Amino acid sequence: MKKNTTSGITAGDIWNYIWKGGTVVLLFYVLIAGLLNDVPRLAILNETIRALHFHVPMWFSMIILFTISMVSSIMYLTKGRQSLDVTASAFVNMGLVLGTLGLVTGMAWAKYTWGEPWSNDPKQLMSLIAMAIYLAYVILRMAIPAGDERARVSAVFNIFAFAVMIPLLFILPRLTDSLHPGNGGNPGFNAYDLDSKLRVVFYPAVIAWTGLGIWISTLQVRMQKIRLQIEDLDA
Amino acid sequence: MRVLKEIGGLISKELILEWRQAYAINSILLYLGSVVFICYLSIGIGNNQLNPIIWNALYWIILLFVAVNGVAKSFMLEGKGRMLYYYSLVSPVAVIISKIVYNSFLTILLALLGLAAYSFIMSNPVQDMQLFIINILLASLGFAGVLTLTSGIAAKARNSATIMSILSFPVIIPVLLMAIKISKNAMDGLDVSVSTKPLMTLGAIDVLIVMTAIILFPYLWRS
Repeated sequence: MKKNTTSGITAGDIWNYIWKGGTVVLLFYVLIAGLLNDVPRLAILNETIRALHFHVPMWFSMIILFTISMVSSIMYLTKGRQSLDVTASAFVNMGLVLGTLGLVTGMAWAKYTWGEPWSNDPKQLMSLIAMAIYLAYVILRMAIPAGDERARVSAVFNIFAFAVMIPLLFILPRLTDSLHPGNGGNPGFNAYDLDSKLRVVFYPAVIAWTGLGIWISTLQVRMQKIRLQIEDLDA
Repeated sequence: MRVLKEIGGLISKELILEWRQAYAINSILLYLGSVVFICYLSIGIGNNQLNPIIWNALYWIILLFVAVNGVAKSFMLEGKGRMLYYYSLVSPVAVIISKIVYNSFLTILLALLGLAAYSFIMSNPVQDMQLFIINILLASLGFAGVLTLTSGIAAKARNSATIMSILSFPVIIPVLLMAIKISKNAMDGLDVSVSTKPLMTLGAIDVLIVMTAIILFPYLWRS
């Protein structure tokens, strides 16, 4: 990494300050506005509608992180650069964290609207399967000694799992009726969308949670790269 | 057309190998028989009337476990030296296609024998046998596709047998669910028109799985 030492700050640095600062600002905005703003009064949902600003964006950003991971796996297979493998693994780890948070916030929401945190709703089962696939990916990486082979094998599984997960996302919820908003005649997010009070917080929330996920993942990537460099120096 | 020739050669190689190493296929068959018998002892004893839903689910779970064990050996038994030898002779696409074809035949055989043993020991409530068989054919292709690729992946890892199961189970769920749904229709003797759409979905999933496996396998093999 060469930096322009004379001026001290590069264009890349400025871009980093902007998006990382923006993420922090947006997150605080989401926390404050999401909890304090006026929300539409709806039967059953009542105040739980605020989960829209936490639960839903967490799932969105999980899917985005998994997609980034899959793309870097494809690029690893075609280009073979080690950093791409590190990226793929870091984004899966962070995606799993966001997925767990999404699951927990969803269960908290379900406790007050469906009456119980876990009701084996198709959406809940689907999310469990998605988590199982990526946990298997993490374990697969543990079971192979570090090196080119691990990178290649885990990239193959990552792409395969992602390709097969897509039909899953469409098929499973259709086998039975889901109570989840947006399924089986339940009003989804779009029904409340007319109320722009929610939209004002929801879209920033998606950007903020995704930004946070990408930020933490890139930190992990940088840490891992330094570790690899140290190993190179030792060897 | 060279690939086709290679596929033919590899499949006949698998068959000869299976015939000479008779213990592999025989142990899988005995495994199948034992599992069916254990299921009968645990559930069916005393009351021969097994609930159709449980009959169905049990049949597919038995088939899943037997198929995992049957297919697992397809890459694990082959040593590194032999893999290198194939690598110098044939294209990876021919290897994966021949393995998938061979493994789907194996799974179909296991499914049919399992059905026979199952109906012999427990009852056979299937009303639409034709649909049930078509379902077995499609599901076996999907099973073989997923299990062959995951067996290739797991062969590179330590503790392959467990890794193979945890890798394949979540991925195989779409195939399994569609197969269970269709076979329930076949058991109830519903009109075929009810099952056309799920059958087409199952076929589409199969195509997706097999295509992805064929695209990805060359990368897995390059070592």
